Amino acid sequence: MPSDGVHEPPFTPAGKAAYDRHKALYGYRNVPPSLSNDPRNHCDPLGFPRADLYQLRHTQIFQNPKKVAILYQYDKRYRVIWTDGRDFPKELPDDRWYGYSVGKWVDNTTFVVNTVGLLGEPRVWLDETGRPMSDQMKVEERFHRVNANLMEITVTIEDPKFFTRPWVAMDKFPMKLQSDDYDVIEMLCAPSDMESYSKDFGDPASGIVKK
Amino acid sequence: MKTFLWVLLAGVVVSTPVFAHHGNAAFDAGKRLELTGTVTEWDWSNPHCWLKFDVKDQSGSVVNWVVETSNAADMVERGWSKRTFKAGDQVTVTLEPVKSGQPVGRVISVLLPNGKTLGLNYVGQ
Repeated sequence: MPSDGVHEPPFTPAGKAAYDRHKALYGYRNVPPSLSNDPRNHCDPLGFPRADLYQLRHTQIFQNPKKVAILYQYDKRYRVIWTDGRDFPKELPDDRWYGYSVGKWVDNTTFVVNTVGLLGEPRVWLDETGRPMSDQMKVEERFHRVNANLMEITVTIEDPKFFTRPWVAMDKFPMKLQSDDYDVIEMLCAPSDMESYSKDFGDPASGIVKK
Repeated sequence: MKTFLWVLLAGVVVSTPVFAHHGNAAFDAGKRLELTGTVTEWDWSNPHCWLKFDVKDQSGSVVNWVVETSNAADMVERGWSKRTFKAGDQVTVTLEPVKSGQPVGRVISVLLPNGKTLGLNYVGQ
């Protein structure tokens, strides 16, 4: 969903208040680098579903009969999705950056994953424009293989604390199959690099001059 | 056991500048400066790589400019590397400056000592 002041998700008052607290680096309300309070400016994990909605780059998928693992290039993070037929446990583990995920194949070409137990506000944002999410968020991902070389991902979210109704955060996002010997370049957020970057670039670019 | 690797379709076909870490709020959009100077440092890292270079102004005093590119992973796919610059290299940088007036900006292209120009177009891994 574009951040242009027109396409806004269906915020509850609490959701809108959280959104207004966020000073994002992207979108129509974006601020210069050092004036942002995006958690990722400290190299915090993106969390989920932001890992799908922001910087979805080279993505490796491994599977065995019990689990599917998704390896994200951005910040070298991964998720594990249970595929052994289980439901969510009655008592979920403590909230996690990447939640608790259960997946199943609904037909020969569509894998559906549901995720709960997420961290949410204030540590995890929904996206780079500062849209928020709460710990009540439920996420459905549909990985649909259109043909041998093309997969589409659709992400639908439900969060009664911050949104009045479910909405589609990403619709049929296309991903192309690469050869299995493709070497994914490492991409890590190192706090010391971030500190140097902020001092040498972010602060002067934001009009902050430290003597 | 099968391993799949999926990649953003958009990441492959998009050849316009990618600035992964932040938006445009700090920049004087569309303004261009072309500055020739001497490289003092090339930091190859995330969330951006950045190049520092000394430029002499008209009065003869030296200003150290800091210009960023996208992150290392993006820049590899645009033909850049950790070894693109070394201290002492003479370069001509075309950049978009920030609005704050500080000597910082982001790289549009760089003319290297060997006469080659590096830009931001996708060239593959």
